[in-house]
Amino acid sequence: MRDPGRGLRILLLPALPVLLVATWWLTTADSTNFFWPPLEQILRTFGETWFTGRFTADVLPSLARLLVGYLVAVALGVGLGTEIGSWRTLRALVEPVLEFFRAIPAPVLVPILMLFAGIGNEMKVLVIVSGCVWPVLLNTVEGVRALDEVLRDTARCYRLRPRSRLVHLVLRGASPQIAAGARQALSIGIILMVISEMFAASNGVGFTIIQFQRSFAIPQMWTGIIMLGLIGVVLSVIFRAVESRALSWYTGLRMSQRTKG
Amino acid sequence: MRGRDEGRRRPLPVWLLGLIGLAGFVAILELVPRAGLVDERFLPPFSDMLSALAAQAGTAEFWQALLETLRGWAIGLSVAMAAGVVLGILIGGIPLLRAAMTSTIEFLRPIPSVALIPLAVLLFGTDMRSTLLLVVYAAFWQVLVQVLYGVRDVDPVARETARSYRFSPLTQVRTVIWPTALPYVMTGFRLGAAVALILEITGELIIGSPGLGRQIAVAQTSGAVASMYALVIVVGLVGVVVNVIARAGERRSLRWHPSIRTEVP
Repeated sequence: MRDPGRGLRILLLPALPVLLVATWWLTTADSTNFFWPPLEQILRTFGETWFTGRFTADVLPSLARLLVGYLVAVALGVGLGTEIGSWRTLRALVEPVLEFFRAIPAPVLVPILMLFAGIGNEMKVLVIVSGCVWPVLLNTVEGVRALDEVLRDTARCYRLRPRSRLVHLVLRGASPQIAAGARQALSIGIILMVISEMFAASNGVGFTIIQFQRSFAIPQMWTGIIMLGLIGVVLSVIFRAVESRALSWYTGLRMSQRTKG
Repeated sequence: MRGRDEGRRRPLPVWLLGLIGLAGFVAILELVPRAGLVDERFLPPFSDMLSALAAQAGTAEFWQALLETLRGWAIGLSVAMAAGVVLGILIGGIPLLRAAMTSTIEFLRPIPSVALIPLAVLLFGTDMRSTLLLVVYAAFWQVLVQVLYGVRDVDPVARETARSYRFSPLTQVRTVIWPTALPYVMTGFRLGAAVALILEITGELIIGSPGLGRQIAVAQTSGAVASMYALVIVVGLVGVVVNVIARAGERRSLRWHPSIRTEVP
């Protein structure tokens, strides 16, 4: 069970994806099945489906709503979470309610928020905010609560001002947990972005895909699925880049602790 | 911060504070619409929701929907668990396979499962199977990734020892890999259980396969706002129960484990 060498590993990295795409390509090459059009045809329709106006008309509005909703949710979650995490009584008071809200599967909020905010942009952003805020909030509470006791006392001894205490001790100490919550929130956010558009919308990626499916434009529908997949992958790559930058001190710390122990 | 709370007087017990918080929340839900701060058509008072819930609980349809939801969730989660654990141990245990799979897993995992909704509808219509497809897809990655972490965490010395004693691969899995991976498997179970419920409800809501989600969509389109809220509360309670069960199961099956406190982030 020895690890394969570096050269082999680099060779293997693209091997399976290439193999899978090739299999898809070959097995559907002369497919006449209505639901499984040839991959070649899907790829040919991809460009004309998405890059002749749809990208700015559908993809960008979707992404903008996701971005706004997500950022508001993170800010709200971190802000409230720091407060709730720092006050024991407050935490005990609101924790059951928060647990309940976290347990509600976020998509059911779509019909509720439609009542309040109609079917416009506000509703979609609101849905994304109200779904994404819980993982961030609860993880922040956990992170703040689990702050290192020694660091906390040190900060008190040095009489850090509240502001620098917040930045250097509380937020930084809780940041690994916050990042974990933010990662969960991102995948929930993408789901909600798509669902709110599938439920009721006049533009957006989710809306377009459902239109394709309802009008039986099968190759176009497949390009939509690929588009959503690409959005998911790109966003997670971006997230990971931001996270590894922001948490480089933490991964370094973990590594040194691991090698020491 | 802690010092500010303590010392002056004995703080109230945590569970009591939690109850007070819940009661306060319910009171807000009751009073805000009654006082006219929010339109009653959008947010009916809590008592209306309760009576709608009581009316719902009297119908066989409601219990049927609840059952369908729980069944879809359980089947989907079991399939995802079985597939995730078996494939995870297989992929994690064979380095060559692992090197080959990494890029594919990293690419497939972030694909949002809702992207499969149109495909599921075309393949299975509004059948329960189309929702099941989403549930399995979404929960599978949660489990698989955790199992892979777990297998990677196996102590190399233990593994080498097992190998030099010529344990058969199956015994190796049972005595070396499984105990190390179990905490990760349980984390995967907990995460997977929550995600599976989200996708189960989503599928019912959007696709219209039978279950509580569809009841919510029906209540919404027919303007039965109080019933809609009642159903949302039920779904939330199901979520709470799922979380509690998953966490209890985790704690129970890991009671013996020395590293129970160092959970994966």
